[in-house]
Amino acid sequence: MENLEGLVQSVEGDGMNLDDKLYLIRFQPDNRSHIRIKDEHICLTDCEKKWCTFICPAKVYDWEEKEIKIAYEGCIECGTCRYGCLFDNIEWKNPRGGFGIMYKNG
Amino acid sequence: MTDKFDVIVVGAGPAGIAAAHTAAKAGLKVIMFERGDHPGAKNVMGGVIYRQPTEEIIPEFWKKGAPLERHLVEQRAWIMDKDSVVSIGYKSSLYGEEPYNNFTVLRARFDRWFAKQAVEAGALLITETVVEEFLYEGNKIVGVKTGRDEGEVRANVVILAEGANSLLAQKSGMQRHIPTDQLAVAVKEIIALPKGTIEDRFNVEGDQGVTIECYGESTLGMMGTGFIYTNKDTLSIGVGAIMDQMLKKKIAPYELLEHFKNLPQVKRLIHGGEIKEYLGHLIPEGGYKAIPKLYRDGLMIAGDAAMMVNGIHREGSNLAMISGKIAAETAIRAKERDDFTSNTLAFYKQELERSFVLKDLQKYQHVGTFMESNPHFFTLYPHLANYAAHELLKVDSVPKRDKQKKILHKVRQERSLWKISKDLFRAWRVMG
Repeated sequence: MENLEGLVQSVEGDGMNLDDKLYLIRFQPDNRSHIRIKDEHICLTDCEKKWCTFICPAKVYDWEEKEIKIAYEGCIECGTCRYGCLFDNIEWKNPRGGFGIMYKNG
Repeated sequence: MTDKFDVIVVGAGPAGIAAAHTAAKAGLKVIMFERGDHPGAKNVMGGVIYRQPTEEIIPEFWKKGAPLERHLVEQRAWIMDKDSVVSIGYKSSLYGEEPYNNFTVLRARFDRWFAKQAVEAGALLITETVVEEFLYEGNKIVGVKTGRDEGEVRANVVILAEGANSLLAQKSGMQRHIPTDQLAVAVKEIIALPKGTIEDRFNVEGDQGVTIECYGESTLGMMGTGFIYTNKDTLSIGVGAIMDQMLKKKIAPYELLEHFKNLPQVKRLIHGGEIKEYLGHLIPEGGYKAIPKLYRDGLMIAGDAAMMVNGIHREGSNLAMISGKIAAETAIRAKERDDFTSNTLAFYKQELERSFVLKDLQKYQHVGTFMESNPHFFTLYPHLANYAAHELLKVDSVPKRDKQKKILHKVRQERSLWKISKDLFRAWRVMG
């Protein structure tokens, strides 16, 4: 069952990778972030698994060197990260009214 | 805004719109807030709506321009292994006749139409507006504070229908932080195919449609399902699994979806299609025991925000609509009595208990924990079902009795017959 590496390959090999798919989504981008790490120290010292970097369906979170980078503009507003960070270290608010994701189909 | 309303509805999804429509139709002064550009802009489900519950809000909606995709004539369940599937299903021509049984929809379109019906019934819809907080007088909720300038709005009662990711339910202390074994992460793609291709591949005609729910290998043995639903000229294909298990296995939702799409039985159905949209959402899977407090002075909670999802039967939109409707009926009663305290709002919970909503959730209240502690229902048993079918159907001049012996031997190797009987008995107990 544990064949993650095979999975990653199939993502790449399927013609469309996640970035391509995210590019299909329509957003009304805000210039201010609705997501914030509460305490960056926790990410650096306490959090080994970096759950947010894989559980977020839109890959908003990325571990770069010594901190979590947040691509909040691509957030699909599902709320997964609010629970997926088991340190409860992500402060997530709704984007301001009218901003954020605008699904065409739903 | 200085006007005072009878009802504030937070969130224009199936629960909120059903509530707004019901209350407005009865003559109550209703305002509904939606944070998206239009109702549906941020809403996601599989997605099936159910004819009878929807008709409780809009009778004969399928004749009134509702943007429906296909009416379902067949539901299949696939028990999946890596290279094979044991398929069971039910198809009926009777479901193909009016008044139909249920429909696939695309929420960005359906919710927009559904909200328009509420507006025509007299509700005021305010879009692009986030409700940030409740307004209190003592312990009683008396309105909301929105993200707009001078955005305080007062009402006798607030119906919270904010969806699965409800910040307000938690902020108001009605719901605790939801544990990750009570939430599923679901992702889906809308894949375009010519209408005729969909009809050929799924063996339907006209506006008939099919749903397929997939268990086992579809979620890499995690508790959850893959699904394939037919729309007019697209397929909704997705996969959802309990977050706790995805975190432990370190599997990303989009990787799980690619895995599901690449299973040979699935690949064939979507071959040549063009991805139109990628979507993600949380599904509240905690069931009966995880339902938050449903009401307090000046507030009721409906739909996903209140955990009203029946994961066993993949129902949600119907529980949302009916809970929204009952919340509105409670508001109507409260208005007649001029009492919006818990005394009258307790009626909301009582009526939900009398309806299928809480009866069904109560019936399945132990299934979640049972399945979590018995993971072989999603791993070993799908595999064994496929193995047994494969051996039994393979014609190779081996006498059938020997085949049966071989299958039984393999089954016993994997799990003792005593344990299997116990599993089946307990499964029957929690499901039955």
